Amino acid sequence: MSSAATTVAQSTKSAQSAAGPAPAAAPGTAASAAGGLPPEDGAARVATDYSAYRVVAAKHPWRWVGTAVVALGVLAVAWSLATNPRWEWGVVAQWFTAQPVINGLLETLKLTAISGVLGFVLGFILALMRLSASPLLVSVSWTFSWIFRSTPLLVQMLLWYNLGYLYEKISLGIPFTDVRFFEVQTTTLISQFAAAVLGLTLNQAAYSAEIIRGGILSVDQGQLEAAAALGIPAWRRSTRIVLPQAMRAILPNAFNEIIGLVKGTSIVYVLAYSELFYTVQVIYNRTQQVLPLLLVATLWYVVITSVLSVFQYYIERHYSKGAVRNLPLTPLQKARKFFATHAVATNRARSL
Amino acid sequence: MTAAATAANAPATKTAAPKDAATRGLVEITKVRKSFGTTEVLKGVSLTVEPGGVAVIVGPSGSGKSTLLRTINHLEKVDGGFISIDGKLVGYEVRGERLLELREKEILKQRTGIGMVFQNFNLFPHLTALENVAEAPVVALGRSKEDARRRGLELLDRVGLKDRAGAYPRQLSGGQQQRVAIARALALDPKILLFDEPTSALDPELVNEVLDVIRELATSGTTLIIVTHEMGFARDVADTVVFMDEGQIVEQGSPEHIFTNPQEPRTRSFLSKVLEPAFNI
Repeated sequence: MSSAATTVAQSTKSAQSAAGPAPAAAPGTAASAAGGLPPEDGAARVATDYSAYRVVAAKHPWRWVGTAVVALGVLAVAWSLATNPRWEWGVVAQWFTAQPVINGLLETLKLTAISGVLGFVLGFILALMRLSASPLLVSVSWTFSWIFRSTPLLVQMLLWYNLGYLYEKISLGIPFTDVRFFEVQTTTLISQFAAAVLGLTLNQAAYSAEIIRGGILSVDQGQLEAAAALGIPAWRRSTRIVLPQAMRAILPNAFNEIIGLVKGTSIVYVLAYSELFYTVQVIYNRTQQVLPLLLVATLWYVVITSVLSVFQYYIERHYSKGAVRNLPLTPLQKARKFFATHAVATNRARSL
Repeated sequence: MTAAATAANAPATKTAAPKDAATRGLVEITKVRKSFGTTEVLKGVSLTVEPGGVAVIVGPSGSGKSTLLRTINHLEKVDGGFISIDGKLVGYEVRGERLLELREKEILKQRTGIGMVFQNFNLFPHLTALENVAEAPVVALGRSKEDARRRGLELLDRVGLKDRAGAYPRQLSGGQQQRVAIARALALDPKILLFDEPTSALDPELVNEVLDVIRELATSGTTLIIVTHEMGFARDVADTVVFMDEGQIVEQGSPEHIFTNPQEPRTRSFLSKVLEPAFNI
């Protein structure tokens, strides 16, 4: 198979390397090798030699019209953004890197990272529980997802923050006895930060459990059987065989969730927690520059999402090894290849 | 049971197997039953395969061939009867009068002595050919990565694929994938190899490259149990041909016996349907 491919490649190359008008037989041989025709057939047919003809690319006039219309629209939007003084770009620039905004941004990133990681870890455990053979574990996992997916996040936040109202003290001990290892006032334990992390984590876990479960289910049963037949232990089976394949199904949804979480953290403004969104609110309430400051927050969210998208691209690419025959080039590799071939083309043109 | 009866009819040498320590790869299946829901797919099957023997199981679809094969390495738990390898029960431990179900860890250890090759290859698509072969020796037998790699390359060489060691399964043809799967099964130095229709998912022109590898294995002293629809190959490679139908062994014997002089009408009618005219009786 591979030897046939090399033969074709070689004959094509030799046909190309014959400079100028090639001998009439050369293209014929190349074609017959590729098409599998017996060579006598190619020789018998007196084929016209097209090698000196110029190739004219097909014209697509409507494509150009469409491009022009869209370009005009994009230009108009950009123009209005740049020239309408009410956007107050000066104010945006002034606040974009201001210390309070940066502090808020760091809080947002902190919340996202902590509740994202904890949420997915808990989600992974919930997914395994849901797939286990124990009916109790299955139903506990199901109920968890059911409750947290059907309660508004806002309500969850306020509930956690006001937990002190429901339970004055929180203690760790042996249930149904008087043994207590420690006891603490709920209000001291549940700070704004703790309530925010708790709410976001539990909510995130409920959603990510379903995403991870879906990924695991998408892996072919035969993979597990083959691994079991080879005597590979259960834990290794999950981490080495199933999860890497499940990741392909998990990642796009997981990044959706993480990106949603970045902006979802803005909901903790109800706890007066000074993350990015709450910070800009505080500022514009004082300065009355509402739109420019919302723009500051938006631009930061755009930056975070863009960075995450780049991560997503490369992580997905990592896990797609073996899933496609040949990995497509990354944008960077494409650019490099474009310049390389472009340079070759110009060189060839010059040499002709 | 007819199955048990026919098995008992087998030559006396088969049942009187030597039980010394040198015995490697003796498979004894005794009155095995298995149901899926209300369908009984194995109805008391008994079969003995000698160490180094090559048993080929043939029969119509749904006759329980594959299920029988999968019970041997405990991928399917039997509902009744028992299977032993070199005198040791598969999946259970004898403790006095009781049979204790083995735990996952011990079952996995038993399985390392039994290689299996699947109809759909079941190669791990995200691992290269060499990684597929070298994975199990490291985690299941505790060999060093270097050893596993070296041995993996040897095995890939043996199936004629040393130059494709770095390729992912999807970059290989079906026949090449199945040869990698055979190398993977061999990596644990099994005393028994199970083949579940190893050529059924292959294009006709790729069948022979896989059969040639199995043919080579048949002379290596490993016990082979092969489920296949390739009658010419069965005749060529088998010591014992086993004909199964409706969850029972209908008839078993040497290839000459089964293919040229079958006793049971069901065997005859099956063979007349599947044999090419050249083999017709």
